[in-house]
Amino acid sequence: MRTREIPLLSAEGLTKFYGDRLGCSGVSLDVYAGEVLGVVGESGSGKSTLLSLLSTQLRPTHGCLQYCMRDGVVRDLFALGEADRRFLLRTDWGFVHQDPRLGLRMGVSAGGNVGERLMAVGWRNYGRIRAEAVDWLARVEIESERVDDLPTTYSGGMRQRLQIAKNMVTAPRLLFMDEPTGGLDVSVQARLLDLIRGLAADHGLAVVIVTHDLAVARLLSHRLIVMRHGRVIETGLTDQVLDDPREPYTQLLVSANLRG
Amino acid sequence: MTACASYNFAYLDEQSKRTIRRAILKAIAIPGYQVPFPSREMPMPYGWGTGGVQVTASILGPDDILKVIDQGADDTTNAVSIRQFFARTTGIRTTTSTQKATIIQTRHRIPEAPLAERQIIVYQVPIPEPLRFLEPRESETRQMHALEDYGLMHVKLYEDIARHGHIATAYAYPVMVEARYVMDPSPTPKFDNPKMHLSPALQLFGAGREQRIYALPPYTRVVSLDFEDHPFARTRFDAPCALCGALDAYLDEVVVDDAGGRMFVCSDTDYCAGRRARAAGPPGAAT
Amino acid sequence: MYVAVKGGEAAIAAAHALLARERRGDPKLPEISADQIREQLTLAVNRVMCEGSLYDPDLAAQAIKQARGDLIEAIFLLRAYRGTLPRLGYTEPVETGAMRLRRRISATYKDLPGGQVLGPTFDYTHRLIDADPTTPGPAAPAPALAAAPEAAPHVTQLLDREGLIEANAAGESDVVADLTRNPMQYPAARDLRLQALARADEGFLLGLGYSTQRGYGRTHPFAAEIRMGEVEISFTPEELGFEIPLGRIPLTECEMVNQFQGSAMAPPQFTRGYGLAFGHAERKAMTMALLDRALRHEELGQERTAPAQDQEFVLAHCDNVQATGFVEHLKLPHYVDFQAELVLLRQLRREWLVAHGTDERAASSGEAEQ
Repeated sequence: MRTREIPLLSAEGLTKFYGDRLGCSGVSLDVYAGEVLGVVGESGSGKSTLLSLLSTQLRPTHGCLQYCMRDGVVRDLFALGEADRRFLLRTDWGFVHQDPRLGLRMGVSAGGNVGERLMAVGWRNYGRIRAEAVDWLARVEIESERVDDLPTTYSGGMRQRLQIAKNMVTAPRLLFMDEPTGGLDVSVQARLLDLIRGLAADHGLAVVIVTHDLAVARLLSHRLIVMRHGRVIETGLTDQVLDDPREPYTQLLVSANLRG
Repeated sequence: MTACASYNFAYLDEQSKRTIRRAILKAIAIPGYQVPFPSREMPMPYGWGTGGVQVTASILGPDDILKVIDQGADDTTNAVSIRQFFARTTGIRTTTSTQKATIIQTRHRIPEAPLAERQIIVYQVPIPEPLRFLEPRESETRQMHALEDYGLMHVKLYEDIARHGHIATAYAYPVMVEARYVMDPSPTPKFDNPKMHLSPALQLFGAGREQRIYALPPYTRVVSLDFEDHPFARTRFDAPCALCGALDAYLDEVVVDDAGGRMFVCSDTDYCAGRRARAAGPPGAAT
Repeated sequence: MYVAVKGGEAAIAAAHALLARERRGDPKLPEISADQIREQLTLAVNRVMCEGSLYDPDLAAQAIKQARGDLIEAIFLLRAYRGTLPRLGYTEPVETGAMRLRRRISATYKDLPGGQVLGPTFDYTHRLIDADPTTPGPAAPAPALAAAPEAAPHVTQLLDREGLIEANAAGESDVVADLTRNPMQYPAARDLRLQALARADEGFLLGLGYSTQRGYGRTHPFAAEIRMGEVEISFTPEELGFEIPLGRIPLTECEMVNQFQGSAMAPPQFTRGYGLAFGHAERKAMTMALLDRALRHEELGQERTAPAQDQEFVLAHCDNVQATGFVEHLKLPHYVDFQAELVLLRQLRREWLVAHGTDERAASSGEAEQ
């Protein structure tokens, strides 16, 4: 458990209504540098809404969200201008989509995909951009010969690893992941999870990962929050929540997962 | 209904001209930024120069001398048609001489002879948005310009180099204006890009169908996008113009016989004719 | 010896003379008159007025004659002319409820106040092409025409009384946008969208409307009402301060009733699509109504899944004057840019051949990259 005092990301009372349908309600949480926070729950629990709110892709109906910038100053994220928010999303943060086609440009080569963030922050040397891309492809275990290939020629697992490389290239401090292993074979999943765990540890990344798969949560997260009907019903250290759940719903969830 | 209507000077009514001039002034104040304007239906089709015509019509005065070129030549059919239109609706003097013109309306070329202060060049623009073929949505590209979010533009150049070893854009080569806005110079060949940089003339760009005007005030910095290690390369022709011998002009390829024989001649007809006239010397003198 | 070609001016003059001859056609046949076009090809005239955004049947007929029957060319003529006209202001909103009905049908009710009036329609003709159009048919006795029905209330009013159909939302302000005064900007509100649809190419809207019926963004439409007839146009000049009638013009109006929506605020109701055209122009009014509804998907909480729902796609490409200008501009010389492409291509090919170790060199003549 990290002992840093200021959380990297801090949410207070986040609430989102779609018309009169509840997305999520009164969610407060902190994410500290270097820790992986898992958000689990069944579909419809509000975890995807929460992720969209935390990554500022949705505006909350109520509540606030604060982030500790690289300069140490804590800012209210929804008071930031659009340009600043976009800049954050491109440099300090990453977002790994469940469907890699949403997070990649499928008509652009792997190298172009990985290099895009660098070019967006002003890198202007083709050779260096390409070298950096090749380097990151290697780190996510994609052979460098594939650097000029389009992601359409990649397998699902490779696309997901490419998506991760694309996000990591600007050394983000906070990564959001939405069911990153969804739709992948079990063995491919395992490889991906190992990669994510290694990257998070090596780079001191903070990660917020949404998943319905408790095995994924156990493998990756330090802490868990459990959601149901848009509310947080239990939080705690991963092993504690999964091995000794207090709430009846969590108990149900855990036992269902063990059986299933 | 074939009554011969009498039109205002340069066809457009004064209110329309005022609206367009306001857009032009705003464009000059923000070099490289595309200013939306309500394009009027003109008597020539959209896509055939209505933007350039509206800009020219709004700035023309009775003392102006107008040159109109298309592909660098005064005598291509659309240049002829537009020049006739202005002659008929204004009665002003027209010329083929780049030096004598006060206003030059052009499609796809910048004249070879350098322009001077107090000259205005009006470009006809089909697609004003440099990002259009990377991102078809106007709502998105507007945001990208506002936020200086041009990563996608460089991705395209990167892809060209990865695929072809070169940036594969031969015309309408994107430029950065005063280090702020990415701009489409209109479909001039990239050969002409350097002429826009720090030009003493006022450069105006009109896109009628897309309803945008943009501008480069005199002495504006205009830099073609590239990479440090793949710098912008200007096209050079190996051989000189077959008619006038120019080594530094953009050349048209002309097919001369069925066997595929070709010759290369200046695209800028006025420039070429001028060089040939000077080489011939004053009438009666020996060559 | 190659000599730089001159003669563009002479070529253009000759082309215009040839065009005039072709337009006249066989001189032994009587010349067609604009009056004949106005009277006997009325539906073409209506289309030209609608997409030309100008109500003037004489002018539209003349344009069709000048354009040799090319309707888009005629529409262009009308639009260009419209651009030269001084603008006096906006009329009062027309009251289509008070229309002198010549045709009025509803697919949603078997019978209704005002009745179903077929009027002059192709709908139930058998499409058998007239074998010998030169011989006039026997003069059919003119059918005894019943008295034109009293102005009948809109069908949607009947639904409205029961609260079954969404109210026509009053705009946020009294100001209606004007497509001809301000450039189109996205996202566009409904007033701008309807204006764009009103002058849009009928064929384009037809294809897109058809697509919505085949599953590309289905809205379950019913034709609540199609009515055609004369409406009064009136105008309030600033100098007078009161309304004066300008005359009557024929309009075609279509109201489509579409699948119901509910929300937290209101119980489920039918939703609307609206179309309006000059003269008798049902296809236009109907397709306009289908597209109007499709483009309202966002305010009605529906996802955009189909091209007909994509306002940037629909509205940027529906103006046939713009479209034909740009498509046909490909006929203009592009040889300078083509030359630039040739230079680049030849160079890339040279490099490719060298890289792949071929002996042959692509024949190059005169160009190189620095």
